[in-house]
Amino acid sequence: MLPKIFFGYFAVAMTVLSVLIITRRNPVHSVLWMLAMFFHIAAVYLFLNAEFLAAVQLILYAGAILVLFLFVVMMLNLKEELEGDRFAGEWPIGVALGLSLLVLILFVMGSLTQGPAGQHTIEYITSMTHAKAIGTLLYTEYLFPFEVASLVLLIAIVGAIVLAKRRV
Amino acid sequence: MVPLEWYIALSAVIFIIGVVGFLIRRNIIIMLMSIELMLNSVNISLVAFSHYLQDLRGQVLVFFIITVAAAEAAIGLAILVALFRNKAAIHTDEITEMKG
Repeated sequence: MLPKIFFGYFAVAMTVLSVLIITRRNPVHSVLWMLAMFFHIAAVYLFLNAEFLAAVQLILYAGAILVLFLFVVMMLNLKEELEGDRFAGEWPIGVALGLSLLVLILFVMGSLTQGPAGQHTIEYITSMTHAKAIGTLLYTEYLFPFEVASLVLLIAIVGAIVLAKRRV
Repeated sequence: MVPLEWYIALSAVIFIIGVVGFLIRRNIIIMLMSIELMLNSVNISLVAFSHYLQDLRGQVLVFFIITVAAAEAAIGLAILVALFRNKAAIHTDEITEMKG
C-alpha cells in the first residue's frame, strides 16, 4: 500500500510540475519548476533501485543542463516576453493532437505483455553494488557505443563554441 | 508493488505534456525545455522496464540518452544565442527567413 501512495504522490506532482513548466509566462519560472521536476524524477529512479542514475540525474540535469538554461534565459533580455501572447495562435490544434496521441498510447498499453526476466536480479545488484554492475555492462558489452557517446559530446562542445562565437 | 503499467502511463502523460508544450509555445527556450521533458519521460519508462525485467541494459540506454540530451541542450542553446544576436528574436513566429 505504501509504495502505491508514494507513487501516487509522485505521479500527481510530476504531472502538475510538467504543466507548470509549459504554461508559465516567465521562462525563469519554467526553469525553476523544471528543477523541482528533476528532483522528483531522481526520487522515482531511487524508488526503482537505480541509485547511480538518480545521482547522475541530479548532477547532470539539475546541476549542469538547468544552469545552462538559466544562463541563456538571463543573458537574453526577455522584458518583452512578459507581455504579448505566450501561446501560438494554433494552440487548440496542438492540444487536440497531444490528447489524441495520449488516448492512442493508453489504448495500446493494454496489450503490453512482459518479456522474460534477465539475469540482473536485485540480489546480483546488491552483491555487486549498482555502480559496479552498470559499469561492468558499460565497459564490456557497450564499449563501442560508449566511445561513440564521447565523440557526440566532443562534436557538441566544438559546435557550441563555433555557433556562439562573435562572428557567425 | 506498483504495477509496471502505472510507470508507463506516467511516462506517457509526461511525454504528451512535452509534445503539447513544444507545439503550443512561441518561446524557443520553453520549446527546448519541452524536448528535455520528453527525453526525461522516456528515461522513466526505460528505468521502469529495466527494474521490472531485471536487466540493467535499460539503464545503460538511459545513460546514453542523458549524454545525447546534454549535447542537444548545448547545441540548441548555442543556436539560440546566435539567433538572438543576429535577429533579436526568440519567438517562432518572428523567424520567417526560410519561408521563401
